[in-house]
Amino acid sequence: MKIDRRFFVQGALAFSTVLAFPRLLFAARPDTAFDATDADAVYKELFGEVPVDSDRVKMKLPDIAENGAVVPVTVSADLDNVESISIVVENNPTPLAAEFKLSPRSEAVVSVRIKMGESSPVRAIVKADGKYYSTGKEVKVTIGGCGG
Amino acid sequence: MGKPIKIRARVKGDIAEVKALMPHDMESGRRRDVETDEIVPAHYITDVVAEHNGEVVLTAYWGTAVSKNPYLAFSFKGAVAGDTIKIRWLDNFGDNSEGEAVFK
Repeated sequence: MKIDRRFFVQGALAFSTVLAFPRLLFAARPDTAFDATDADAVYKELFGEVPVDSDRVKMKLPDIAENGAVVPVTVSADLDNVESISIVVENNPTPLAAEFKLSPRSEAVVSVRIKMGESSPVRAIVKADGKYYSTGKEVKVTIGGCGG
Repeated sequence: MGKPIKIRARVKGDIAEVKALMPHDMESGRRRDVETDEIVPAHYITDVVAEHNGEVVLTAYWGTAVSKNPYLAFSFKGAVAGDTIKIRWLDNFGDNSEGEAVFK
């Protein structure tokens, strides 16, 4: 079955009691940022600037990834009212890997597995109360995962 | 319709934990077919929506850099044992799938 993405998301919203959270009604995938081919363009598109480091964001991922095709990442934040969590692999051909939109009931933590084509800084950006908080880490990749 | 999403959901105290596995090739569009040497077109999940009792608790937007057979874990408040979590995905081909689990 083929369905349009807009219909998919709106369909999900229509079936929910999301009217209590109007922000979600306007949520849509940031396609331009996902298509961007360098990290600065992603930051500019999503945040307007390169996000500043904060010790209130924690990112758990390996120092050395033996298999770049499967790199586990967990991002958490010691912040209230977290709205979104984004993960950027700066040296990937398209650096934006994932963006998570949280709900008012969400805990500020997500885990996912990502691909890394080569060694790269990885950055997590958390939006809370309209402000951006970030942390970054250099990950060394032994075997690249872009082909996977 | 894609393969069904496998979900494990449990309530610990006032926190509901969800772990999901979504069987999907997640082709990056950069891999060459071993036999034909042709580029395998990008085919990946773009949108994921999780609903608890019909209310959206998490939306994920993904690019080509999410690993094959994606794993997703998240937590939220306000669920009790017996409640239902439903997750759906949509990929860039317009294909979709879903899964459901009951909180333990």
